[in-house]
Amino acid sequence: MALQETVGSTDVSRGSFINDPKIRGIIFQTVVVILLFALVYWIVGNTIENLRRSNISSGFGFLRGRAGFDVSSSLIEFTSDSTYARGLVVGFLNTLLVAVCGIITASIVGFTVGVGRLSHNWLIRKICTVYVEIFRNIPPLLVIFFWYFGVLSVLPQPRESIELGVPLGGENFLSFSTFLNNRGFFMPKPVWGDGSWLILAGLVVAIVLTIFVARRAKIRQAATGEQFPVFLTGLGLILGLPILAFFLAGMPVTLDLPVASTFNLVGGIQVKPEFLSLYLALSFYTAAFIAEIVRAGILGVSKGQSEASAALGLRSGQALRLVIIPQAMRIVIPPLTSQYLNLTKNSSLAIAIGFPDLVAIGGTILNQTGQAIEIVAIWMAVYLGLSLATSAFMNWFNAKMALVER
Amino acid sequence: MQEHDLSYVRTEMVLAQAAPAGEKGTGAWVRRNLFATPMDSVLTVLGLLLVAFILPPILNWAFISAQWSGTDRSVCATVAQGGLQPDGWSGACWAFVNAKFMQFMLGRYPDAERWRPILTALIFVALLVPLLMPSAPRKGLNAVLFFFVFPIVAFVLLTGGWFGLPHVETPLWGGLMVTLVLSFVGIAVSLPLGIVLALGRRSKMPIVKMLSVVFIETVRGVPLVTVLFMASVMLPLFLPAGVSFDKLMRALVGVALFASAYMAEVIRGGLQAIPKGQYEGADSLGLGYWQKMTLIVLPQALKLVIPGIVNTFIGLFKDTSLVYIIGMFDLLGIVRQNFSDATWASAQTPITGLIFAAFVFWIFCFGMSRYSIFMERRLDTGHKR
Amino acid sequence: MTNKVAVMLGAAAFGLVASAASATTLDDVKAKGFLQCGVSSGLAGFSAPNDKGDWLGLDADFCRAVAAAVFGDGSKVKFTPLSAKERFTALQSGEIDVLSRNTTWTINRDTALGLNFAGVTYFDGQGFMINAKKLPGVNSALQLSGASVCVQTGTTTELNLADYFKANNLEYNPVVFEKLEEVNAAYDSGRCDVYTTDQSGLYGIRLTLTAPDDHVVLPEIISKEPLGPVVRQGDDQWFDIVKWTYYALLTAEELGITKANVEEMKSSTNPEIKRILGVEADTKIGTDLGVTNDWVVNIVKAVGNYGEVFENNVGAGSPLKIARGINALWTKGGLQYAPPIR
Repeated sequence: MALQETVGSTDVSRGSFINDPKIRGIIFQTVVVILLFALVYWIVGNTIENLRRSNISSGFGFLRGRAGFDVSSSLIEFTSDSTYARGLVVGFLNTLLVAVCGIITASIVGFTVGVGRLSHNWLIRKICTVYVEIFRNIPPLLVIFFWYFGVLSVLPQPRESIELGVPLGGENFLSFSTFLNNRGFFMPKPVWGDGSWLILAGLVVAIVLTIFVARRAKIRQAATGEQFPVFLTGLGLILGLPILAFFLAGMPVTLDLPVASTFNLVGGIQVKPEFLSLYLALSFYTAAFIAEIVRAGILGVSKGQSEASAALGLRSGQALRLVIIPQAMRIVIPPLTSQYLNLTKNSSLAIAIGFPDLVAIGGTILNQTGQAIEIVAIWMAVYLGLSLATSAFMNWFNAKMALVER
Repeated sequence: MQEHDLSYVRTEMVLAQAAPAGEKGTGAWVRRNLFATPMDSVLTVLGLLLVAFILPPILNWAFISAQWSGTDRSVCATVAQGGLQPDGWSGACWAFVNAKFMQFMLGRYPDAERWRPILTALIFVALLVPLLMPSAPRKGLNAVLFFFVFPIVAFVLLTGGWFGLPHVETPLWGGLMVTLVLSFVGIAVSLPLGIVLALGRRSKMPIVKMLSVVFIETVRGVPLVTVLFMASVMLPLFLPAGVSFDKLMRALVGVALFASAYMAEVIRGGLQAIPKGQYEGADSLGLGYWQKMTLIVLPQALKLVIPGIVNTFIGLFKDTSLVYIIGMFDLLGIVRQNFSDATWASAQTPITGLIFAAFVFWIFCFGMSRYSIFMERRLDTGHKR
Repeated sequence: MTNKVAVMLGAAAFGLVASAASATTLDDVKAKGFLQCGVSSGLAGFSAPNDKGDWLGLDADFCRAVAAAVFGDGSKVKFTPLSAKERFTALQSGEIDVLSRNTTWTINRDTALGLNFAGVTYFDGQGFMINAKKLPGVNSALQLSGASVCVQTGTTTELNLADYFKANNLEYNPVVFEKLEEVNAAYDSGRCDVYTTDQSGLYGIRLTLTAPDDHVVLPEIISKEPLGPVVRQGDDQWFDIVKWTYYALLTAEELGITKANVEEMKSSTNPEIKRILGVEADTKIGTDLGVTNDWVVNIVKAVGNYGEVFENNVGAGSPLKIARGINALWTKGGLQYAPPIR
């Protein structure tokens, strides 16, 4: 900045104003703006002409139209009588569902593998390296196809479903009423009867109590050095209270079990193979990248830190949990954010296997109405919005985790 | 200080003793690396179980039970499915890959003209290998041939229509050839475009800067699928009536624009890492903006971000598989399309084809990442702190 | 002029720009030297490439017939495989000259999308196919409640399906895919119980399944699907050429003119035959249309009459073995009827 000002103000000898960087900059920018406007004008003109010729009306009014198609899986009610707008909402929710489930699983797998790559154990280290090198170097679409065509579609037909359970020897079989076939994964669905709110209340109370206990334990440890088994207490509370409430309320919950019908298993919760393959593929693919980020983060914490924690008498697990990971998180969060965003964006590959996400449903609507510009604009706005929201959240989280300096 | 008559002072060194038996050899290595602590032992056992659970079935499927040759699906289907194999058989159907190999490589490129893509590939390799070997001479000439002459030669050879070569339309192209064409053009376009965008983003001119930021952030914020859809559905609307782009061309535009936004961010990282003194030094020598950038800043900045650039290339290479969604048949697309070929459709066909495609993609991406590590070490001229 | 500029620009950019501008479609096609025809990317019996990459089928043969009418040579045609989603944009943008891709004629397409349907080369209706081996008791679509149904997205089929199941109070589970091959593969692998599309399509698809004999097409037809060739609005001459090519095929069948006997028929004494074959003195039928007077001869030489095209591609002479049914000539109780060529 300073430099330019000096040049600008003292440069008298050059004579020609063309050599003045400021004026040059203005001229250059003017040219850019004019060219850009010309291009936009040309494109808009062509588009209007093309739309007029092919009789496509523009605007978002079409969103109120009747969809006319059905959707295979939806979090909210959707029938062929619903509007296009509702269809897009269904797609958006499906995108979110895949993204959230995928992010959780990918983080768990990625952290495990990332730590595993730094293990002292040769075998674990090699297994993790092989995993990372395989998944990082093949396209995500291929991983999705792999799960869909390679794994899930070779599962048996509904009639020969694989029933999950524990063999008790001989003819006895403890069934979980959970089935796996080429139509997906079926599990019992709890039906909440009267008085079920007691269970929820029990859970809430348990969580509040656990937080309270954890705080007290921390204060006590800071004051006296005595430790309190917070984890076990918390687990006991969170499991125990709802179960207690369940019996107190007179066992109001029943299970809706999947049973065979003419075509398929009906009842229970059905997880479609399209969702499963997308979710598994995105999780496993992104986990390989997260593992590398975690590894780099841990390596980025100086060796002195782990030596110091060893000197304090922390076991390696404790050192990792209390000293290394909190510091590594600072290095990890920015690239982790972009991996989460990548996973969300990659969920748009759903269209290749027919999972009704935002892009797939948008594509169907585009086909039916021909409103290409509007649909693409909606896609872009939604994904940009998701990106910005995720970035904002991760920035907030990053600021919270940042080193508080003295 | 020292007393000379102390009797216990040695005058000659003791010979080094061999390490104790427990500290050397396989046994010690195993103990140290696999069974150091009880927890370690548990992990090792779990790991061994995992390997024992996964590896033998994979080896059996891929090699022992696999079918290597055959003319149709009967070799890859069990008796119950109408084939020759015993019930319960499961193995890779390499015969399928074998039969379709040329299609996987070149798509539906006419038989009589197949020498053209093969020749192109040979020229590509012949030019690329010396370019990648640091010790090979005449880098400048080689680079000019590779980046300027080769694309023209490849274009003439592949599309034809000149010099008596019959014209081959792009819908007939397919397989690995399309993957490579898309990647090569994507890389060749996105690198310069990315540099321009990165410079634009760091520019002091507000309008240029704003435009660059908007472009980069918009493209980076949306999935490639939507960019490709935009290129394939909306581009025809943007152009005057009657002018229409080839489908391959549309995909190229989409892929190249997409990659250039990512490239710009990588290069911006490099630009930011160059100390201010370098810019000021260049200014004080009286260099203009472009001289400063091309002679001083970019050579250093690009060197710093070679790993990032290669990672973007790898990403681009993997992303080309998405053109399948807009109806083109790259390597993955053509493999996928052949699943439904009635001559070969069997339970084992899809997975075999996918594993073949995965292997090809893996070779290319893994090779690129190894080469980037090699170059990183070589170019590490000691400026790193 | 615009043409040349565009072509040159294209060559400079990457040489892959096609163009069809200002002049009439007929002039453009003649200047190019070939007809660019949009077809489906692979539907047995209608348009599918064989091992050598030649396009075979009823829709593909119709393209050849148009090429024969224009050039006198049925081979001067290039095929552009299109997905359901791309087909109308491709036609509107001038990428193709005629769309012959089992496209259903609807008022929306005729008006709002700016298209013209030149006729109905195949009267079809949407049907259902199931695997009879796996579902032995099912012999009507009304028994399909609870089934998973494979359907291609972006087609009228998807909408008819929703309407039919709703009207009959049946539950179903749609499994949708973008591309025909994907739907085929999903149905073949057992991902869904039912496949729905136009009945002619079902017969064609059945052939490509691993065990064709296990599958049956259910009797219900749930929609009207008149399939025909499509051109852009606003070029009446081209519309006429495509329309009358179709009528010429029908008329040839009506008069018994076949690929084999067309040369002999030229010396026929029947005035009607003489008229349409262009051997009548001072005839102007062909030139008024914008083609040569022997256009019908060229068409029949290239592909035969409508009956031959039908039998070779989808009828008894093909693996599909679809009966003529309502696609028979009006004289034989069908719906195929051509206005007089005079």
